[in-house]
Amino acid sequence: MPSAAPASAAVSIERVSKRFRMSHHQFKTIKQRALHPFAARDAEDLVALDDVSLEVARGEFVGIVGRNGSGKSTLLKCLAGIYAADGGSIRIEGRLSPFIELGVGFHQELTARDNVLINAVMLGLSRREAKRRFDEILAFAGLEEFVDMKLKNYSSGMAVRLGFAVAVQVDADVLLVDEVLAVGDASFQRKCFERFEQLKEEGRTIIFVTHDMNAVERFSDRAMLLERGRVQEIGAPDRIARRYQEINFGQLGTGVPGADVAVADCWCEDGNGQRVDELHQGRPCVACVDLDVHAPVRAPRFAIAFRNEVRHTVFVARSTTSQSQDMGSLSAGERVRVRVAFDLWLGPSVYTLSPTVLDGDEPIAVHPDAAMLSVTADRHSGGVVDLPATVEVDRL
Amino acid sequence: MNATAEALTTRRQSPLAFGDDVKRFAALTVMLAVTDFKLRFFGSALGYLWSLMRPLMLFGVLYVVFTQVIRLGEGVQYYAVYLLMSIVLFTYFSETTARGLGCLLERENLLRKMRFPRLAIPLSVSLAAMFNLCLNLVVVFAFALAAGVQPRLSWLQLPLLVLALAALGTGLAMTLSVLYVRFRDIQPIWDVLLQILFYASPILYVVGKLPDSVAREALANPLAAIMTQARHAVLDPAAPSAAEAIGAGWRLVIPLGVALLAVAFGLWLFRRETPRIAENL
Repeated sequence: MPSAAPASAAVSIERVSKRFRMSHHQFKTIKQRALHPFAARDAEDLVALDDVSLEVARGEFVGIVGRNGSGKSTLLKCLAGIYAADGGSIRIEGRLSPFIELGVGFHQELTARDNVLINAVMLGLSRREAKRRFDEILAFAGLEEFVDMKLKNYSSGMAVRLGFAVAVQVDADVLLVDEVLAVGDASFQRKCFERFEQLKEEGRTIIFVTHDMNAVERFSDRAMLLERGRVQEIGAPDRIARRYQEINFGQLGTGVPGADVAVADCWCEDGNGQRVDELHQGRPCVACVDLDVHAPVRAPRFAIAFRNEVRHTVFVARSTTSQSQDMGSLSAGERVRVRVAFDLWLGPSVYTLSPTVLDGDEPIAVHPDAAMLSVTADRHSGGVVDLPATVEVDRL
Repeated sequence: MNATAEALTTRRQSPLAFGDDVKRFAALTVMLAVTDFKLRFFGSALGYLWSLMRPLMLFGVLYVVFTQVIRLGEGVQYYAVYLLMSIVLFTYFSETTARGLGCLLERENLLRKMRFPRLAIPLSVSLAAMFNLCLNLVVVFAFALAAGVQPRLSWLQLPLLVLALAALGTGLAMTLSVLYVRFRDIQPIWDVLLQILFYASPILYVVGKLPDSVAREALANPLAAIMTQARHAVLDPAAPSAAEAIGAGWRLVIPLGVALLAVAFGLWLFRRETPRIAENL
């Protein structure tokens, strides 16, 4: 097929849009349809993709990120030829292998041998090719001894390994990967990524959808951020990863209206009083909150909770501890700035700051995820915090 | 790059009914059918025999009723073999259409997650039913020989008749499968229609038992034409052929046309619906 795109483009997506018709009543029977002849007007279009364009060069590794429901899986399914796009065009040069889900169509009652052959043919290999590559597939999955075992006796991890092994054996020029690496144990995941790297070196093009920002930063050449079906940004992986974290954690700066006290602003500063959203471990850090007081508060107390990427509260700074001064009561119309200073010994992760204002012991304003701080470190110790510590060893 | 060239080379990546590779399409269809066939008889000791049991049991009951009680078969040569053969042919038809109806929903997982020519699914159902029919026909021939039917060159007509039957069944299977995705009450409707077709087709009786004018109209039904011709070609050359039963050779255009129309309409509808199957499921 002649190509209109530059020879280097393996995948070109031009202004693709996709709508799903969501009718309020699901007409699954003719009777319902006959009884509600005009109800079709109730149908509402859900815009899953809106004017999405992306050009992927041959040999490029592109990550697509976005929150749940942002349209990334729909995009992948349009690319894979599972859904038809409503508008725009998608052009793919060469053979395509979608890894939407591994081991789709595996039959529990059949042996691994049969399943591998069936799956390979489904993915587009001829029967002869499938047989020729059979040993290689089994070796990659590390399941040679279980060839003639029925799949129902496999563990789910083994089945996934088998599925992956088949899928990578399909000589595809373009691979579409949807979050499949979330399964399997750590060593298998590493093997998968090694394999992807190898495929990439061979000049294959890989588009993958994920929530794992580490993987995006480590493996992809470029990344695309989708939000509500629209392209937010296409760019360098680290930049996109940061944007993703922002979207994910912060509806930054939206206050709780009608409360006695509203959070006007929330941020972090470094030791020099500069606003930052990224700070290196061990540096001095000041978390700040500006509050607008709308009604008098008798005995104000403040707290800022730090939550990490996996939403664990790692650290809560409270004004009720002994170091904080007693500041009396607050009156309406006042503006207050709360500053919490500490040395940043949190583990490397992306944290959100959630300020809380209490009157006595009763919370009167809670603002979850008001700001974001990403902590960098030279190495990852594996701990949630890396407290400064000295280790002494005495010979006894 | 001018506009026309752009339009020519721009390909929208939509789900396809046939795919762009005939060999792959064929390999896939055969593989799905073989797997289906294998899985169905897996785990039961007698395997295939069970699938033969159903038409045989039906045959047994009908045979007793219509020769001992109602004597519908009186004066029909090889009535027992005819009854078995037409039941076997009808079993293929009902299996293809009834299983074809639900086949897309049954394979929902594949359709939503994999890229492959969609038409392979209803075709594989039809093919699996065809394997079954071929095995069942072996039994029919064994019965026929045991009953004293002489082998004849005209037996070679049977593959053509089976082909016509397959066209009708597969065409309907394609139509029903996509309709079922949209409207779930196609299933009970088709169940009832199958029952009507069973009695409207010359299975329990032969066309000769009907008044001439009724017989002509009955033979507009391709099933009736196929069964009547099969009786003439395989069992009893003295029995009227389909052309004789319908009155004139050219009138065979009607049942043949119905079968071809079923295929053409099925293909057209399936291709039209293909891009939306995955999301409507």
